[in-house]
Amino acid sequence: MSNVFILVDLQGDAVSKTTAELATAGARMGDVTAIVVAAPGKSGAIVSALTGPISSAICIESGDLATHGVPAYADLISQIVIEKKPSALLIASHAFGKEIAARVAIATDSGIITDAVDVAADGTATQLVFGGSTTVHSKISHGVSIMTIRANTIEANNAPASPAVENIIKSVSDVAKKATITSTQPFVKGGRPELTEANIVVSGGRGTNGDFAAVEGFADALGAAVGASRAATDAGWYPHTHQVGQTGKTVSPQLYVACGISGAIQHRAGMQTSKTIVVVNKDAEAPIFDIADFGVIGDLFAVLPKATEGVIARKS
Amino acid sequence: MKIAVCIKQVPDSWAEKKMVNGTLDREGVDAVLNDLDEYAVEEALRIAEAHGGNEEGGANSVTVISMGPERATEAIRKALSMGANDAILISDSALAGADAITTSAVLAKVIETGGFDLVLCGTESTDARMSVVPAMISARLGWAQLTFAGSVVVDPAASTVAITRVTDAGVDSMGASFPAVLSVIEKINEPRYPSFKGIMASKKKTIDVRDCAAIGISVQGAWSLVADSASRPARAAGIKVTDSGDGGKELVDFLAGKKLI
Ligand SMILES: Cc1cc2nc3c(=O)[nH]c(=O)nc-3n(C[C@H](O)[C@H](O)[C@H](O)COP(=O)(O)OP(=O)(O)OC[C@H]3O[C@@H](n4cnc5c(N)ncnc54)[C@H](O)[C@@H]3O)c2cc1C
Ligand SMILES: Nc1ncnc2c1ncn2[C@@H]1O[C@H](COP(=O)(O)O)[C@@H](O)[C@H]1O
Repeated sequence: MSNVFILVDLQGDAVSKTTAELATAGARMGDVTAIVVAAPGKSGAIVSALTGPISSAICIESGDLATHGVPAYADLISQIVIEKKPSALLIASHAFGKEIAARVAIATDSGIITDAVDVAADGTATQLVFGGSTTVHSKISHGVSIMTIRANTIEANNAPASPAVENIIKSVSDVAKKATITSTQPFVKGGRPELTEANIVVSGGRGTNGDFAAVEGFADALGAAVGASRAATDAGWYPHTHQVGQTGKTVSPQLYVACGISGAIQHRAGMQTSKTIVVVNKDAEAPIFDIADFGVIGDLFAVLPKATEGVIARKS
Repeated sequence: MKIAVCIKQVPDSWAEKKMVNGTLDREGVDAVLNDLDEYAVEEALRIAEAHGGNEEGGANSVTVISMGPERATEAIRKALSMGANDAILISDSALAGADAITTSAVLAKVIETGGFDLVLCGTESTDARMSVVPAMISARLGWAQLTFAGSVVVDPAASTVAITRVTDAGVDSMGASFPAVLSVIEKINEPRYPSFKGIMASKKKTIDVRDCAAIGISVQGAWSLVADSASRPARAAGIKVTDSGDGGKELVDFLAGKKLI
């Protein structure tokens, strides 16, 4: 059976929900080895937090990761890939994951597919392109199949994993140390679910006029993450990390609720593949209604509090 | 300083896009300069202007590099009319349908021979949306990677560049010595509109068009092959209600009917 690598996806020191999704996709193609790349002393706890169909884990620790970032990670992963020759390498599809995939592809002379929403046993990836209007099936024809997979698109098998662990010692090559990180300010994670992992996302736009209370209230009733349009993040009403769209995050939740958002193409680029789309907007002509499964023409400050009450009433 | 900016011509974001024989049909749609690359052009000009300008024969120059069909000269003209000095377009029928691996090989080859100190890119092309080419160029050249820059500070005397890197994870301050590959996020600046003077001046600027043989590269063909593609049915028009007091309730009923709550 072929050997498939997945790169364990971390949020800080915690294993993200996406990791089990990568493992589930990988297990369709072969035996899954989880690659843990972490700061010194951190890999043990990460391995014990793994879930999903993972048969082995390779841990590699380095103090250079924090100071040299993406090139350092990619360099260590490339060294292991060249040595162990897996058939595929699956990585979470976010800015960091895609840059690692890019550098490993160059170092290992491999093809690359980004933003896959599904992967078949033979390594064929499914992508949704052009704002979700077109489905593409493609396959890598050279080297290791390096694919980045979007969070929340593959249903994860979350069975506990007890992988056989191999610790490998390698050092980061000098060429991967040319840029130096002098300080890091991680974004503080609030109490709500992470945007790309959430099953439900409630987003607010310029229509909130800076007051996100109604949007947050509805999100909390639904156990949802909160998103924002660029108009809202540019105005400083909501942090940039919550921006959904072309230059923000791409989300594919079960339910996306757009409140006071007009539906510019750049916003749609980040949410169009949501399974169900609900809209609250007072302008009946807003283009967002074109992609809504259910739309309320109305004032979000009137509609959302009522909807919040309704959700709470049903839950109790 | 010699600064290069990688720009791509892409189909207009609003245009309906189609796949033909496994690649994007670029013939049938309006093409524009990738708007995320305008920020890279603007930042390159600002870096040059902050350190003595980019007048003919002066301290700095800004060269636009693009790989694409002949008609990509339209997008290149826009960058030249914003103020870039000159341009190189790599155009070859063998490059039609190139993947990121090939694109980065071509761009790296041209950059390598150009004697550049800094290369600026956008964070993403709005058609391919891969966000991988800048990292690939850096990996191929063995140059420092300073991507997702929300601010850039250059010290030409020390030959160093510092950025703040802004991603999902947080904000990093980082720096490197020349040469370096940067990508800039769209919050970094407000790209200028080409002035009338700039548009007139751009007509006299050179676009050096080269094919693969001229840059000394042989194309290997894409390493990711499209097996098939299909248009997905457009989202069927949904239900639309006007709120007259129970819009919120109707919304909840819809969610309950869909078993979403
Ligand atoms: C390079 C580039 C990248 C971009 N990237 C992104 C991106 O990643 N994400 C993104 O979102 N945008 C992005 N944009 C911006 C995008 O083009 C739009 O400008 C933006 O999405 C608009 O945000 P909005 O819908 O909140 O605001 P608007 O377009 O102003 O819409 C506000 C809507 O709220 C409605 N409204 C007002 N008051 C109420 C009320 N009380 N109740 C209900 N409805 C109300 C109005 O009817 C209107 O439809 C990008 C643009 C560029 C050029
Ligand atoms: N064909 C190309 N010609 C020049 N620059 C390109 C080309 N393709 C990508 N780039 C650069 O790489 C960036 C990221 O593109 P991508 O990885 O395709 O999303 C773009 O914003 C451009 O700066």
